[in-house]
Amino acid sequence: MADAKVIPFGEEPRSRRAGRRAQGRGSKSSSAAASSAASSASEPASPSPSPSEPPSGPGPGRHSLASVPEQPDAVEDRMAGEKHGPNDAHAPEAPRPGDSSWDRRLAEGLAFLRRRVTGDYEVDEFGYDKELTDQVLMSLIRPLYENYFRVEVKGIENIPSDGGALVVSNHSGTLPLDGLMMQVAVHDNHPAGRHLRLLAADLVFMLPVVNELARKAGHTLACAEDAERLLERGEIVGVMPEGFKGLGKPFGERYKLQRFGRGGFVSTALRHGVPIVPCSIVGAEEIYPMIGNSKTLARLLGFPYFPITPTFPWLGPLGALPLPTKWTIQFGEPIPTDGYPPEAAEDPMLMFNLTDQVREQIQHTLYKLLVQRRSVFF
Amino acid sequence: MGKVVLVTGVARQLGSRLVRRILRDSEVDRVIGVDAVTPEHSLGGADFVRADIRQPAIARVLAEHSVDTVVHMDVTGTPLGAGGRTAVKETNVIGTMQLLGACQKSPSVERLVVKSSTSVYGAAPRDPAVFTENTPPKSLPSGGFAKDAVEVEGYVRGFARRRPDVAVCVLRFANILGPAADSPLAEYLALPVLPTVFGYDPRLQFVHEDDVIDVLRIALHEPRRGTLNSGTFNIAGDGVLSLSQCSRRLGRPTVPVLLPAVTWVGSALRTLGVTDFSPEQIRLLTHGRVVSTDQMRETLGFVPTYTTAEAFTDFARSRGAGLLPPEAVADAVDRFATLVSKERI
Repeated sequence: MADAKVIPFGEEPRSRRAGRRAQGRGSKSSSAAASSAASSASEPASPSPSPSEPPSGPGPGRHSLASVPEQPDAVEDRMAGEKHGPNDAHAPEAPRPGDSSWDRRLAEGLAFLRRRVTGDYEVDEFGYDKELTDQVLMSLIRPLYENYFRVEVKGIENIPSDGGALVVSNHSGTLPLDGLMMQVAVHDNHPAGRHLRLLAADLVFMLPVVNELARKAGHTLACAEDAERLLERGEIVGVMPEGFKGLGKPFGERYKLQRFGRGGFVSTALRHGVPIVPCSIVGAEEIYPMIGNSKTLARLLGFPYFPITPTFPWLGPLGALPLPTKWTIQFGEPIPTDGYPPEAAEDPMLMFNLTDQVREQIQHTLYKLLVQRRSVFF
Repeated sequence: MGKVVLVTGVARQLGSRLVRRILRDSEVDRVIGVDAVTPEHSLGGADFVRADIRQPAIARVLAEHSVDTVVHMDVTGTPLGAGGRTAVKETNVIGTMQLLGACQKSPSVERLVVKSSTSVYGAAPRDPAVFTENTPPKSLPSGGFAKDAVEVEGYVRGFARRRPDVAVCVLRFANILGPAADSPLAEYLALPVLPTVFGYDPRLQFVHEDDVIDVLRIALHEPRRGTLNSGTFNIAGDGVLSLSQCSRRLGRPTVPVLLPAVTWVGSALRTLGVTDFSPEQIRLLTHGRVVSTDQMRETLGFVPTYTTAEAFTDFARSRGAGLLPPEAVADAVDRFATLVSKERI
């Protein structure tokens, strides 16, 4: 669960709520609750982002629109259910009880808006717009992540807190939703709040709108140069070596890993001595069960495949709705690569062996997770 | 005996500025400015020789003054005065060939500095996000200034092979901006409303005019200790701006145009004579281009004074407010904020 990202609103003493939540959930979320308590403790001290921030008076300034005052507990429950992103305050919402936090959110949102419209933000050389990703893009995907696919994340501690790492994952689901879910999973669960930088196929960067969003979300082209540059900067890089072979495989071959390209990701990791974190994603295979592939249409549109599922394209846009499967993302034991001599990156035999080791580990974890899974949807 | 520097393309703002600047350098004895037209800007105390570098006469100029350093600045994308694209291409390509031929014949030439552009990398969706000096472009520029620059660099490489005793430095500049910039991109950014390609937000890098002059001086003098100033170097300010950021900082609204329609808009603007919207410019404004400047820092030993954002700010200041100045927009947001907070109390 992504408790760390929840900024509670309402004037309830936050420490109490954080404590209660820690009791309610497992031990895993206790650190998250603690961090939420810590962040909420530091919030009043933070300087107001805009000089014209409305005075955050408590009780008396209750908004007229909030005619039915709700009980703090009710608000809290809704919070727990909906899990609003921390900073999606720029989206106008019906005001709720709890004026000080509403005001704060409004002020934050307006300060954010002010920075956006004046162009006063930073992008890195890959076009990654951290602010936009954290505050808007993530909030847009998060409902899908939390409520639709109900992603369960295991082994997040296998991703190092600092320095580079290469997360290698299986790829499936006709549309690359698994990459996005993995990105949210790392961002929302990692104690150091790390960002996953995904490597995407060149098709992504040819499509209008898609390429713009991908660049802003921190994705870049899957090529050795970009991967190495990111690893050099100590980023966590996510790669799906199966590529379109994995993404567009028929439903009958689900959870059978395809060939891992030429294993270029291994030599990239070796050259920088970063660990390889195998990642297994269960649930993505069933979102669009691909029972056919219209090669003619695919050729016509210039796509690598054109999926035919029980619902698509028969039901039109409705058929493009993914099935609400239950997902599990498991990050496995990291495979260290810093013990090899520098010339090892040129050794094809070692490359094949390491590639196979990574592949086997992902495949085994997939089978293990599949055995544990009660049902596709729950 | 000091150096004798020959600078081509001095009729342009950047060339004349370089001439005035290096006149003050103590190592430099004489500066000779060459161009086909008489410069409007003052050249300080430099000698101006009116010569077309497309003609073999340039060899005589080199011999007459026993020039030892040649700075080739006449590789540009925009025509100066009359003459269209053909004249520009001739000056770029034929001019470079003539100049290099003259240099090859001249025993006194010891150093050659060529102003090139990062447009030699092209811009394509399959390219890596950041180009280094060694990155082979995925799609070679098919025409326009970028192709000129590729060809010029090809001739320069050939020259470097034939005259290994001459130190050759090729500087690939990112988009040059500054208060007096006259590049196609500066023209584009001066439009009241910026047509952009729908669904693409290119990453851009800028280098300030002052930095251009500084790095050219580093290249044309003896290398400092621990640095090497022959070879090919990318020159750009730190950091990256996306086009949407640029338009917001300039306060100029954008009009997204679908990619197939962009060419029509481009040719319409070109016909109206507003700006040169060449195919390579459209590609830059679609996919963007970012270069690595590690070589510039580590080998050439040059650290730009202006970052990309600072160079852009300086440019924006010189161009006056757009239709939606950022201050006004920020004020509007602030007013809205006060309005909302008042309503709430």
